[in-house]
Amino acid sequence: MVSGQIPVEEYDTGNTRHKWDVNKLIRAHRVVAEYAYKKGEIQKGFANRTLYINLSNNEIKEKQVTDEMKKLFTGGRGFGLKLLWDSIKPTTRWNSPENELLITTGPLCGTTQYPGSGKSLCLGISPSTDIICDSNVGGFFGPYLKFTGFDAIEIQGKAKHDVVILIDGEKGKVVVETAPLEETNSHLANEQLTYMYAKEDSDKSRQLISVVSAGKAAEHSYWGCMNFSFYDIRRKVCRMKQAGRGGLGTILRDKKIKAIVAKVEKFTGVSNNPADPNKIAEVGTKLHREIRDLDRYQCNMRVVGTSHLVEIMDQYDLLPCENYRFGSFPKASKIYSPKFYELFTKIIPDGCWHGCTMACAKTVDGFEVMTGPYKGQKVTVDGPEYETLGCASNMSLWEPREVLEFNFYCDTYGIDTISAGTAIAYYMEMYEYGILNQKRCDGLELCFGNFEAVMGFLHRMAEGDKGEFITIAAKGIRRVKNWIKEKGWGDQYLIEECGMESKGLEYSEYVTKESLAMQGGYGLTLKGPQHDEAWLIFMDMVNNQIPTFEDKAEALHYFPMWRTWFGLNGLCKLPWNDIEPANNAETKEPAKVPEHVQNYVDYQNAMTGWNVDKNGLILQSERCYNWQRAMNVFMGRGRRKDDWIPYRSMGPVTEVEYMSRKDRYDKQLVEKIGLNQNDVEKMSVSEKIKTLYNWKQDQYQKLADAVYYRRGWTPNGVPTPQKMKKLGFSDKKMLDMLEKVIDEDTKKGLNHWCGKYGKGEKPPSIDPKYWEKW
Amino acid sequence: MIIVNSNNIDFVENETVSGLLKRMKYVFPNVVVKINGRLVKRTDFADTIIPDKSEVSVIHMISGG
Repeated sequence: MVSGQIPVEEYDTGNTRHKWDVNKLIRAHRVVAEYAYKKGEIQKGFANRTLYINLSNNEIKEKQVTDEMKKLFTGGRGFGLKLLWDSIKPTTRWNSPENELLITTGPLCGTTQYPGSGKSLCLGISPSTDIICDSNVGGFFGPYLKFTGFDAIEIQGKAKHDVVILIDGEKGKVVVETAPLEETNSHLANEQLTYMYAKEDSDKSRQLISVVSAGKAAEHSYWGCMNFSFYDIRRKVCRMKQAGRGGLGTILRDKKIKAIVAKVEKFTGVSNNPADPNKIAEVGTKLHREIRDLDRYQCNMRVVGTSHLVEIMDQYDLLPCENYRFGSFPKASKIYSPKFYELFTKIIPDGCWHGCTMACAKTVDGFEVMTGPYKGQKVTVDGPEYETLGCASNMSLWEPREVLEFNFYCDTYGIDTISAGTAIAYYMEMYEYGILNQKRCDGLELCFGNFEAVMGFLHRMAEGDKGEFITIAAKGIRRVKNWIKEKGWGDQYLIEECGMESKGLEYSEYVTKESLAMQGGYGLTLKGPQHDEAWLIFMDMVNNQIPTFEDKAEALHYFPMWRTWFGLNGLCKLPWNDIEPANNAETKEPAKVPEHVQNYVDYQNAMTGWNVDKNGLILQSERCYNWQRAMNVFMGRGRRKDDWIPYRSMGPVTEVEYMSRKDRYDKQLVEKIGLNQNDVEKMSVSEKIKTLYNWKQDQYQKLADAVYYRRGWTPNGVPTPQKMKKLGFSDKKMLDMLEKVIDEDTKKGLNHWCGKYGKGEKPPSIDPKYWEKW
Repeated sequence: MIIVNSNNIDFVENETVSGLLKRMKYVFPNVVVKINGRLVKRTDFADTIIPDKSEVSVIHMISGG
C-alpha cells in the first residue's frame, strides 16, 4: 500500500450527499426520437458501424464502416475526420447546424489488458479556431460506446429544447428525450443521470453507465469542455475526465445536448474479440510489471499523477509564470507535487479506465468549496493535473486550495482549464500595463494572483453575465486582442505578442522561448498550440540532440505522426513514454522508447489481425495527419500565415523579461547572431530586444520551411495532391481542391521559401515546387 | 573543462555523475548518461567519476504532455 493509503472498506469521501427525485426528473422527459438497432458483437476491435443522429430533423441511422475506411483512416480520430469530410462545407462554422460533434473510439479502445486503453477522440469545428479541433479524453464513455455497438457517434443539427441522448446497449435502443429538470453543471448532472439510467440501485449497475456533459459556462464561452464520467466504485462518486481543448463542450450545449449517456449490459476483458488475445495479454502483462516495478523510480505517476512535472518544469525554467513571462518563480514550490500528495486521497487503482496500472487520475475528496453556488459543500475534485497547475502559476495563484477551487469550477462549469488559465493570465498582464483596468473589466480587479477575481470571472461567465468584458473575455485571447485594438487602448505590439494563442486556441502550459523545435511543436500544428503533437523541449533545449533545421524538421515529422497514432486507436499516450523499460537507455533511439513502439505494433496486430510494422503505424498517422491539414485548407486555413505564433513564445517581449534573463539573451546576441560583445554592451535593452526579435522570427520561418518540406507540403504549408496520392488517397474532391489552392497561392506569389538564407545556408530545395518532380 | 550536451562546462575534480546532475540542476529522473559514448547505468551514477576533458551526454527522455 502507498504510504497513508486508506483501505477501501474504511473509506468515505466525506462529500456532501444529494438525494435526487429521479422519478420526477424522468416524468418530465418527452421522447423526441427513438431508434432500435440490432445488437452485434465487436469483431477484432471494430463494431463496424457508426451512429448518426440529426437533432434538427430527429433522424437516427447507422453507417457502415467499410474495409476501405479502416485502410485509409484506421479508426478513432481518423474515422472522425472522414465523417466530417462527408458532412461539412468550407463555410461551416462551430454553430452552423451542419457542424458535427463526434466522439470516436478506435480498435484498441476498451481493452483491459493493456494500460491506457480507454480513450475517446472528440472532434468538431471549433468556436475558437474555425477549423477542426480534436481532443482526447479518458473515462468510460468511449469503451462503452463501442460496447453498445458503435465505433463512433456523429451528431449533427440542433435540438429545440435541452435533450439527453441515451445509447442503451442493453436494449439495443437509441433515444433522444427532452430533459428540462436535470442539472446542467457536470458534477451534479452526471450523478443524476447515472442514478437515473442504472438498471438497479447498486454500484455495479452505476458502473455500467457513462455520461458526457458540459456545464453552464460552456453555454457562454468558447472554452466549453466535455466531461466524461466514470463511476468510481471505491469512492461511490461519478468522477470525470475532460475533452478540454477547442470548445467542443460549447458545441454540445449549442446543440442543446444536456448529456449523452452510454449504458452497457456487461463487458469483459475480451469484449473487443481480438484476433490474438494471448498476445495482447502477453504485451500487457509486460507493461503492467514495468509500471509496477519502475514508476516509483521514474515519474511517480501512480502516486502523484502528472503533478510531478511542476517541480521539473520550474527547475528547467519551463514553468509558465505570469503569462509565460518567466519560466520559474520563487513561490513555485508551494504547488510542487508533494503539496498535492498531502491532499490526494490515497486509494489506488486510480485509472480512468479498467486495467490501467499507470493510475494517474488523482483526486481530492471532501474538498470544501469556498466560493460560488456550491460554497460550503464538500466535493470530489479530479486533479489537478500538470496543465491546471501550470495555469495556476501563469495566473500567479500559489495556494493549493485555490488551485483546487479553480479546477473544480472549471470542470463542473464545463470550461477547459488550459484555455481559461492561459487567457486569464493574459488579461492579468494587460491589466498590469493599464491596457485593461477594473472599469474595463466589468469591475473585476484582474491583477496577477487575485484569486477572488479569477473565481468571480468564472462564476459570472457561468451565470451568463452580459458585461462587455465578460462576454468577450469568455471567447478567448484572440477576440480580446481584436477588442482591445478596436478600442485603441494600448500598444499593438504588446497586445498582439503577449497573448499566447495561435490559430485562436490558447497555449498549453510550457515556456518555449529557448526551444525553436517546440515553438514549431506549438505553431506548425493542425489544431493549434497543444502539446499533444510534439513535446521536444528536452530533446532540443537541454539535450542538444537536434541542432540543425533538418534535425528539428525530422523530429517535427516523426513525433507528431507517432503521437497522432494514439488517437487513431483509442489509446492514452502516457504509458508510451512516462514509463520506460529498464534497458531503454541501451537502445539506439531511447527517445522513441523502441520496446514500447514494438508493443504497440504487436498490440494492434493482435487486435485487428493486420500485419503492420512500426513504419506501418507511422503511415496510418501520416494519412490522417495530412487529411486533417488538407481539411484545414478546405476551410480556408492551413497556410503559413495560420501557423503564426506570438513572440512571447519565442523570446522576451518586454524589458522586464529581457532583464530577468539578461546573461542568457546577451550571450545569444554574441554567440547566435554574431554581434561583438562590446557592441552588445553599448546597446539599449530595446535595441537588444528588437535585434533578437528579428533573428528569432527568421529562425521560425526557416524552421517552417524545413518542416513543410519534410512533410511534403508546399512552401505555403499546403499538402500537395502528389503527397496525398502517395499516401493512398484518390478522393477527387480533395485532390482537385488542393490543386486549385496551390495554383492560387502560386499566382499570389506565396509559394516561396520564407527564411532569409545567408552565406553558407540554403533553403530546403532550389525549386520551391519540388513536388512536381515526384 | 568537460563538454555536457555540447556545452563547455568547468571540470570539477572527483565529480561523480550524480554530482554533475546536481550541479547542472538536471532533476528530471528519466535521463540516460553517456561518458565519451559509454553508457553509465543509473545504479552507478553515485560512484562514477567524470574525467577531465570528457564528453558527457545527459539525454532527458521525453515525458509529460
